[in-house]
Amino acid sequence: MADRSAAEVARAVNARETSAVETLEAAYARIAERDGAIGAYLALTQDLARARAERVDAAVREGKRLPLAGVPLAVKDNMCLEGTPTTCASKILDGWIAPYTATAVQRLIDAGAVPLGKTNLDEFAMGSSCENSALGKTANPWDRSRVPGGSSGGSVAAVAAGEATLALGSDTGGSIREPAAFCGVVGFKPTYGRVSRYGLIAFASSLDQIGPIAQTVEDAALAYDLMAGKDPLDATTVDREVEPAAAGLRDDLRGVRVGIVKEFGLDKLEPDVRACYEQAYDDLRKLGAEFVEVGLPTADYGVATYYLIAPAECSSNLARFDGMRYGLRVEGPDVGATYEATRAAGFGDEVKRRILIGTYALSSGYYDAYYVRAQKARTLIAADFAKAFEACDVIACPAAASPAFAFNAKADPVSMYLMDYYTIPMSLAGLPSLSVPCGYVTPAGSDKPLPLGLELSAPLFAERALLGIAHAYERGTGHARAKQIPTLADAVSAR
Amino acid sequence: MSPMDGAYTRASTMDAAPRVTVAATAYEVVMGIECHVELKTQTKMFCGCLNAFGAEPNTNVCPICLGLPGALPVPNRAAIELLVKAGLAFGAEVPAFSKFDRKNYFYPDMPKDYQISQYDMPLTVGGIVHFWRDDGSRGSCRLTRIHLEEDTGKSSHAGSRDGRIAGSTYSLVDFNRAGVPLMECVSEPDIRSREDAVAYLEALKRTFVALGVSDVKMEEGSLRCDVNLSLRPYGQTEYGTKTEIKNMNSFNSVARAIESEIARQTSILESGGRVVQETRGWDEAAGATHPMRSKEQAHDYRYFPDPDLTPVEFAPSDVARLRQALGALPDAHLERLIVMDKLRVEQARQIVDGPGLFEYYAAAAGISGKPQATVNFLLGDLSRLANETDTPVFSSGVTPEALAELVGLSDAQTINSKTAKDLIARIWVEGGSPGAIVAAEGLGQLSDAGAIDAVVSEVLAGNAKTVDDYRAGKTKVMGFLVGQVMKASGGKANPTLAEARLRERLDAPR
Ligand SMILES: [Zn+2]
Repeated sequence: MADRSAAEVARAVNARETSAVETLEAAYARIAERDGAIGAYLALTQDLARARAERVDAAVREGKRLPLAGVPLAVKDNMCLEGTPTTCASKILDGWIAPYTATAVQRLIDAGAVPLGKTNLDEFAMGSSCENSALGKTANPWDRSRVPGGSSGGSVAAVAAGEATLALGSDTGGSIREPAAFCGVVGFKPTYGRVSRYGLIAFASSLDQIGPIAQTVEDAALAYDLMAGKDPLDATTVDREVEPAAAGLRDDLRGVRVGIVKEFGLDKLEPDVRACYEQAYDDLRKLGAEFVEVGLPTADYGVATYYLIAPAECSSNLARFDGMRYGLRVEGPDVGATYEATRAAGFGDEVKRRILIGTYALSSGYYDAYYVRAQKARTLIAADFAKAFEACDVIACPAAASPAFAFNAKADPVSMYLMDYYTIPMSLAGLPSLSVPCGYVTPAGSDKPLPLGLELSAPLFAERALLGIAHAYERGTGHARAKQIPTLADAVSAR
Repeated sequence: MSPMDGAYTRASTMDAAPRVTVAATAYEVVMGIECHVELKTQTKMFCGCLNAFGAEPNTNVCPICLGLPGALPVPNRAAIELLVKAGLAFGAEVPAFSKFDRKNYFYPDMPKDYQISQYDMPLTVGGIVHFWRDDGSRGSCRLTRIHLEEDTGKSSHAGSRDGRIAGSTYSLVDFNRAGVPLMECVSEPDIRSREDAVAYLEALKRTFVALGVSDVKMEEGSLRCDVNLSLRPYGQTEYGTKTEIKNMNSFNSVARAIESEIARQTSILESGGRVVQETRGWDEAAGATHPMRSKEQAHDYRYFPDPDLTPVEFAPSDVARLRQALGALPDAHLERLIVMDKLRVEQARQIVDGPGLFEYYAAAAGISGKPQATVNFLLGDLSRLANETDTPVFSSGVTPEALAELVGLSDAQTINSKTAKDLIARIWVEGGSPGAIVAAEGLGQLSDAGAIDAVVSEVLAGNAKTVDDYRAGKTKVMGFLVGQVMKASGGKANPTLAEARLRERLDAPR
């Protein structure tokens, strides 16, 4: 069962060929079999899942049809789910039970999805490898000596290993797309403002966006259609009609203009990686796409810009974790000392580093030189994209410069920050952007093929067109589900 | 009477203030005032919780106003519009775009450890507050801006003897107030005297109450103000070093704190010292200010635009709609009363500040054409009855028409003041027309000389001893004799006429 797509599971449950409870049991059996080796989940929500699955089955028995009937769902542990611990993979939220459910999660549950558990992430979504989690280690299912990517590493690994049919991630500068590329699944970040952030514990509010992680583009479209739209609880959601993306999926790319970014030349990549992307571009062409070269002259400033804006917002967003009202509290002799002791013990190094950078960037005397200039750069990057999209419908580029790397390979923070080189500019511009599997490379000395992801990005609110194009590519190439994950048998036997 | 309620006790009673003769110093006082005013909305600024004073602690709270992880603010448009009305009432400009910013600092009663406020793009800019001084002259103070922010929770410190943080063993926080919409009105440094400071605050309060913007109750914390005060030698154009005074809980304490701070700064300057820029707290019991924090300890609030909120937009048509909804403002009423109707400033203030008194007054005076006589009844007998019966004048039996009739009857000397007083008390309960009652019951004043003479003769005959006393030089008994005439006439005699006739008869050579 576990490798069926969400659309297939929902069809089977609605048709009463199987039940939500049976599907749930199979999913938990798969988790029991594999998650010891993978470490995708921080916590399972068995009681809640069972109750939801029973309700789905009851509804189906009453003749209701639910778009995600019985679909096993993994939720990144920076999204609130009422009555369950929500940790952001940080010690500072130790013991905190969310008293409400995030809007995006609720919308999927209302559609019949069954929440299996909460998945690992880089602490507060800050990282590109999942190594910054304070609570657990997640391995890449393709090669367990390698990282799954991050920050949504747990959700992505769960889908890749067949431990969930569908998952939710959050993307601030690439946190859905980069791990999706590393694990060979589809990861989609909608336009900023399309999906409610209510109940998503903020890292950088102007960039954070929840999106689906799935085995297929069709599943991503299905989940997106259910989550998207104005939420009265999130003032930054856009009140604009959502054209159903699942109805716009296509099988060819005739008449589609694909933009290739001049500044993102493939010559910087390793030869095997480069060959894979050249093949991906060829495949797009074979499906009927026309190619145009577009310029993003300011894209090179993306990483620097991002690492001012995101830390600035995070320094303020994370202030509330002070030991006064919830989570960890380390008592000091007075209030100030309690704040310091709590935050010193509760936050990991990367979180502290970003809080310090952000505090500095917002400080009087530095604000204009850093925060204000970064905002200006952001505006220029968005303008570059707007200009590029005058000539093309979608921009294609690598989702990451390399396949998944080994644990501890990026000890230097800046080399880790550069992992998001291809994803950050789209985040700064608020664009819808996704990663779809586009091939595999096998590193020298390894017998384990590693997936690569093709990043496709579209103009603001052009989700329907974007998912349609990605679907045609997926259908035309078959990369998404072409290979069994070779380590899985090994993972089972490793138990 | 509560210490506020506009009941600022005027200069003569400010006995606790230090003994300094401000007028005799060579320094000009320069003040600007920042007021925080809680807006009277149904719900809080960024969530659906009730905005209500006095509930059990931590009952009007939700994930949003508690700043729980993942919760997001959504602005309350009603609060934004109330603030804009307040600004429009003082002629402020309403920019087309405004935005919210975060003011970052750690404090246990601040749920998110930042406060959503407005830094460089407030909802309204400029404006001018006019006020009247007791002597009938007019003053004004320019507004810099009015912006919107969210209130914090309220800490109480336990385990210390005096409820202060020093020596307390633990603190309790009530978040009911967290997220309540608060507008901050910042004035220019235009205020030059303690009296003007209070008149300015009263003008703000009067307008906010009239617009329904706020209850402006200092004792419930719905108005809090900080005074920035500096001195400079008369004639100097640069400002002196200022201090900021906080923690006043009534208009009276604002006045006392200002007086105390003027005295403190004066004595520093006169002894050749320098005023230190700092924040000082007002201690009501000690009647003095004390240092709270200096400029060096000032926070760097790291303001930046709140990414959870989109800019607030106002189209010219929105502004026009809100301006239209303002109606007549209290300052226009005061101007009419003081300039057109020639009332004293204090009387004009009482009429404008009383519940429904201005409309009542305007109706009654409009009919009678006699403003001063109308006010005398309104602020005299009618206000006394209103207090005694806890009923506003407008819902008593005395309609504006009845009052106007009464004013007419008194003015024409048809009835004397005692009859008028009795009639008011009676009509207050029963209603009815004073003219009709006077006619039906023959309550008209006895002004006929012949009729009065007859009564006078009767009284003189019946009080021979008193008549002798008078004639022996004890002229103070005249009051008694007039009283006897009144009594014998059933209260209807014209007292002036009665006294004149009595005097004529008694002083006549025999
Ligand atoms: Zn609330």
